[in-house]
Amino acid sequence: MSRRPVDLTRWLVVAPPTLFLLAFFLAPALIVVAASLREPGEFGGLAPLDNLRQLTAESYRFLLGDPIYAEIFARSFVVAALTTLICVVLAYPLAWLIARSPKRRRDFLVLLVVLPFASNFLVRIYAWIMLLGPANLLYTPFAVIAGLVYVHLPFMVLPLYTNLEKHDPALLEAAQDLGASRWTRFWRITFPLSLPGIGSGSALVFIPVLGMFAVPELLGGTGDILIGNLIKEQFLDNRDWPLGSALSILLTAAVLGLAGVAALAGRRGAGGTGAVS
Amino acid sequence: MITSAMPLLQIRNVTRRFGAFTAVDAVSLDIEAGEFFTLLGPSGCGKTTLLRMIAGFDAPDAGELLLDGRPLAGIPPEARPLHTVFQSYALFPHMSVAGNVAFPLEMAGCAKDEIRRRVAETLALVHLEDKGAQFPHELSGGQKQRVALARGLVNRPRLLLLDEPLGALDAKLRQEMQGELIRLQRDVGVTFVFVTHSQQEALALSHRVAVMKAGRVEQCDVPDRLYTQPANRFVADFIGKINLIEVEVVAASKIQLHLRAEGLGAIAATDPRPLRPGDRGAFALRPELLRVHAHGEAAGLKNHFSGTVRELLYLGDVTHYKIALDCGLVLEALMPNAAPGRAKFHEIGDPVAVSWRHDAGVFLHEPPAR
Repeated sequence: MSRRPVDLTRWLVVAPPTLFLLAFFLAPALIVVAASLREPGEFGGLAPLDNLRQLTAESYRFLLGDPIYAEIFARSFVVAALTTLICVVLAYPLAWLIARSPKRRRDFLVLLVVLPFASNFLVRIYAWIMLLGPANLLYTPFAVIAGLVYVHLPFMVLPLYTNLEKHDPALLEAAQDLGASRWTRFWRITFPLSLPGIGSGSALVFIPVLGMFAVPELLGGTGDILIGNLIKEQFLDNRDWPLGSALSILLTAAVLGLAGVAALAGRRGAGGTGAVS
Repeated sequence: MITSAMPLLQIRNVTRRFGAFTAVDAVSLDIEAGEFFTLLGPSGCGKTTLLRMIAGFDAPDAGELLLDGRPLAGIPPEARPLHTVFQSYALFPHMSVAGNVAFPLEMAGCAKDEIRRRVAETLALVHLEDKGAQFPHELSGGQKQRVALARGLVNRPRLLLLDEPLGALDAKLRQEMQGELIRLQRDVGVTFVFVTHSQQEALALSHRVAVMKAGRVEQCDVPDRLYTQPANRFVADFIGKINLIEVEVVAASKIQLHLRAEGLGAIAATDPRPLRPGDRGAFALRPELLRVHAHGEAAGLKNHFSGTVRELLYLGDVTHYKIALDCGLVLEALMPNAAPGRAKFHEIGDPVAVSWRHDAGVFLHEPPAR
């Protein structure tokens, strides 16, 4: 009896975001899938589709046939992994220091971390051009990685800080009491408990880097293009929408596959811990 | 407790200040090997600060701590041969029960085989032999408590410090764990230093208890002496229930002590101490040492006073009375309901009389402050 209004309320609350996601996330994704199976139009866009037999896997065949695309995929994943790793190494001490500061100073330090968001992303990348140009580092792989790390560092610091801040100091005291040195306390207690934070931070860095095209385009040389640049090129320069769509689908599939593997590994490794997330 | 061997832990004149607040004030205690020693006191009395200084998480401002005769100063917590059981248990959430218990052995660099054997042994000791593979969040409060104990005992420390370890458990479980703690300590033989604010826990568990107040030790004694021979008004009042009557010494000899209480009159007591007429203090009397008589019964005895029942609390095994004496003083009395010869229950408003033996109470001498 009393369940009815509760259910209705729940639907009213859940419906708007569901409809929004269906309309503006799932539908475009399906359109991209469909586009990847069509032929390019004579002057860009898509060729008219008269019947379903005109659907073709030609774009996929082309991408899988030319090793240059596999190479760019591989390089993109390496660049994303390297960026993520550098972000972890740089963000960890920062997040740890913020989490260890007196409570009243923490909010201020977090504000400093997100302060760069207050100015436009492109403006900040142009600032890097001015920094790297005189040092003769512009248009190099270094410039690309430096730019990517710079842009994504806050996305690693924030989840890590949120995780580290929740650690119970009694655990470190207990470890010390039971004979663990400072270094052992970090590797046996703090680090394993922060893995969920590293995980969320890595997802927030790794995935956007894969699709990033502005940083490599502005800071990198011709040899530094990533999947993001490739996709952008297909749509805006080559006007081959089906190829661009197929690239997008392959990228999405690769990311989802990777996330699946990570989730499985995480579940097995953690063994169902009550670790803080 | 007099032993010829050196005390395991010597606390000598230890003082700890936080700003203007003195948390621990010139405390000296000797803790013997194999003892179950309890620091008892209300919150803020300094017992936990003292425990943290023994563990090494805090350092005294003055005085020193000696373990086996060697000073502990400058030795960090990880290098002290003692462990702490924390009030929150502080189990490592990402390690299994066996992993938690193995941790101190790994830190000590034990071989894998030995670790496996001793973890199994210790888990059996706390009745968790089948829980080794589980994680802390899958355990009940009592089980977590046992894991914390196993982790603290597994490599046989010289001393196990327990910081209100039963505080987070419900009443029934707490009583169960009390029996368990006594058994464990006896079986393992590790010296326990136990911190609690519960006088019942302290009396039930300990070989000796130090009662603390405002950073000082008020009395350090075996439980039954603490109960029957409290050193002062604070200890008398903090441990169990007690009647306190303001009195003055009228006459004193080796075998007899004559006291006078305002309004009540003469009280006969005993006290071996040399006391002088005019000495003041409190006469402390446990409720169970009072007898309640029907009006007119047993008159003519010493320490016999008439009054009326003001309140009573029937508790099944005992009845708790509050009796207003004719002079206005209210005394509490505890009568076992199944006592032989107990003929009658007294109701509220009944005229009754109370009496006690001349050796029943304790005179708490309080010299005037100079």
